[in-house]
Amino acid sequence: MAKQTISISVSGLRKSYKNKEVLKDVNFTVPSGTIYALLGSNGAGKTTIVKILSTLLKPDGGKISINDFDVVYQEELVRRCISLTGQFTAVDEVLTGRENLNLIGQLIRLPDVKRKTEGWLSFFDLQDAAAQRVSTYSGGMRRRLDIAMSLMVQPQVLFLDEPTTGLDPQNRIIMWELVKNLAKQGTTVLLTTQYLEEAEYLADNVAILHNGEILIEGTPQYLKEIIPGRGAQLNFQTEKQAENAMELLTKEGISVESIEPNLPSLEDVFLTLIKENKEAI
Amino acid sequence: MFKVKTSIISDSWIMFKRCLLISLRNPEALLVATIVPFLLMFLFGTVFGKIANVENLNYIDFIVPGIILQSIGQSSQYSAMNVASDMTKGINDRFRSMSISKTAILFGHAGAGVVRNTVSTIMIIGTAFLLGFRPKGSFADWIVVVGLLIFVNIAISLLAVMCGLLSKTVEGSSGLMLPLFILPFISSGFVPVDSMNHGMKWFAEIQPMTPIIDSFRALTLDLPLNNSLWIAFAWCLGITIAAYIFSIQIYKRRIS
Repeated sequence: MAKQTISISVSGLRKSYKNKEVLKDVNFTVPSGTIYALLGSNGAGKTTIVKILSTLLKPDGGKISINDFDVVYQEELVRRCISLTGQFTAVDEVLTGRENLNLIGQLIRLPDVKRKTEGWLSFFDLQDAAAQRVSTYSGGMRRRLDIAMSLMVQPQVLFLDEPTTGLDPQNRIIMWELVKNLAKQGTTVLLTTQYLEEAEYLADNVAILHNGEILIEGTPQYLKEIIPGRGAQLNFQTEKQAENAMELLTKEGISVESIEPNLPSLEDVFLTLIKENKEAI
Repeated sequence: MFKVKTSIISDSWIMFKRCLLISLRNPEALLVATIVPFLLMFLFGTVFGKIANVENLNYIDFIVPGIILQSIGQSSQYSAMNVASDMTKGINDRFRSMSISKTAILFGHAGAGVVRNTVSTIMIIGTAFLLGFRPKGSFADWIVVVGLLIFVNIAISLLAVMCGLLSKTVEGSSGLMLPLFILPFISSGFVPVDSMNHGMKWFAEIQPMTPIIDSFRALTLDLPLNNSLWIAFAWCLGITIAAYIFSIQIYKRRIS
């Protein structure tokens, strides 16, 4: 296998606000074209890391480089290969969706801005609202426009700070597919999230950040294996089958702790109903 | 990726168009900035105009320059508010993480401010004619007047950008611009400086509004100009340079 190039390299990163140490010695690397998830609760330091990597904030110490450019000394070169979707939507509320995208395209001198704008508008299902001011948009629409603006830049490295916060389950799944596809096409993605299933589904590597330190890092599979097993689970089509199986197992001397019906999650219910409704139309 | 290096001129131009578009979306702002000075002019001209016989001039003719400065001050509030709003919203983080000239956004706001102020100045001069403003200046005089007004415009727009950067909130920034509405009252704008008491007179004579107003009045009403025009230009130049330097310093400190 060819040697993988490193897109994001962070070593010895430290940052304090006044006397509060927010990041203490954070180290990680992200190979090109992979998805890296920073998982952590509120206040763990995720956003601070993203801000430092995207040149918005200066680190107190450590060496951080994006595509081999130093974020402190070569910030202009770093900015040329990154794009940021922050926790708070970075859209202009007074302008329309289309104007927002055009503005970004013009600022980076993108060739063929108009066509690309229309492309992203339709990709994110925003054509109908394209001529309306963003102040009339719903939270999900803003988020989609925000991400479209980030992608307009065609970044090599994409930072997504809690990208699915405020999205409904449907749009969350669309977003997940999009992120996966971007990585497949070679974009390096660093995302932060509070949702464990998001990190598990998307990320090639996950780091758990707590109080400014990375507690553990690895593939989702690896992280699951290091905690001692919590028993095994058998699934059956019907409850009747499960009861029969339990009888058999008990006869063989294998104890069964409990038996529970597999109820659908509310998300399953929501998605099934939405799907049925769409098919009905 | 597509751009080899940032260009302050073209980035500022794009930002200028954006800021102008934002102004167009909020025409009420321009209307308010014009209506308040217009109402003042109407009230002063009709109610006090009959009794106030200042230096043998028609009172409307006398107060037009003061009213124009007030309207520029009023409409500049919106520059300050727009800057403050950009600074507090996420869009600025996006601009900052992109490879574009850092100060382009400030130039964009200042430029849009100049355009907005020019529109409100034209509207004020137009309505002044309706209320009986009858200037006597020659064509050459008017060219100097327009030049002076443009210069005043640039100075005040940059001042507005600075106020927008200084305040933490949008509301605060419009408060910082309030002195620009008050200062013409304590100048030669509405009463002759000689009629003021000692302290007021001292202040009115040293503050920048007085030479600007005196120059406008002398040029449009064919009065002796003295050296007020040079003092006015010097003030504008000083304010422009100071506001420019301070704005960039404050901006760099705020974003680092």
